[in-house]
Amino acid sequence: MIQQLPFIYFGGMALVCAILVVISRVAIYSAMALLGMFVHVAGLFILLDAPFLAGVQLLVYAGAILVLYLFVVMLLNVHGRGPMLQRQTPWAIILTLLAAGEMGYLVLKSHFYPKLPAIPHPSVPTLGNTETIGMVLYTQYLFPFEVASVVLLIALVGAIVMARGRGGVSQG
Amino acid sequence: MVPLSWYVTLSALMFVTGLVGVLIRRNIVVVLLCIEIMLNAVNINFVAFSDYLHLIDGQIFVFFVITVAAAEVAIGLGIIISLFRLKESVNMDDYNLLKL
Repeated sequence: MIQQLPFIYFGGMALVCAILVVISRVAIYSAMALLGMFVHVAGLFILLDAPFLAGVQLLVYAGAILVLYLFVVMLLNVHGRGPMLQRQTPWAIILTLLAAGEMGYLVLKSHFYPKLPAIPHPSVPTLGNTETIGMVLYTQYLFPFEVASVVLLIALVGAIVMARGRGGVSQG
Repeated sequence: MVPLSWYVTLSALMFVTGLVGVLIRRNIVVVLLCIEIMLNAVNINFVAFSDYLHLIDGQIFVFFVITVAAAEVAIGLGIIISLFRLKESVNMDDYNLLKL
């Protein structure tokens, strides 16, 4: 039980924060609850022996993406007027129950093997997590890596074009 | 030792939470936040399986998921800002331009 305590804390807090994102009326509170969820998911990554990913999660998600959300929420000045839920909520609940039932069935019916023992390589020097990720990312996954950079460039250009508006800067 | 099924169950619960948010919330910014919850739930699955099978590929995929999430947020927020200019609202029910 004492070994599972960190998982229970990080996982439970991540779930609670996720629920808070959905149920808060004010968009800023939702964004702040999402920050808590990102931090606790980073804790889960550390428990799973992925410290580099935990750092990336904190830097990219909590540091960059969340700030972008906060900027937009403050820019748009959205207040919690009117009903919080949209019109098709009954249908949405039916759909969600179906999806949850399907996922629960799959998890219950699956057979999970216990953790495999690590295969020791006596000839190869053991690399750390970050070194291993770098090695695999720049050799085996080099092409997807380059494609990801193109995706980011397109996102950059697209965001500028879409958010610029009509009467803004000079019409090129 | 935490069993793998616990991670998968947590991931499924978080994914369903995000799905509920996407389907029922009216505020379009909160809908985008809920998509981030779903992406994070998938990332937990990737990293958990990567740890239990001793394969690093799952962690590489998380990188690509984070990249795509960043691109999606940039484009999505750009769309939200131009929709807000057009309709003066962040309410999903007001966006009916494509409706016949």
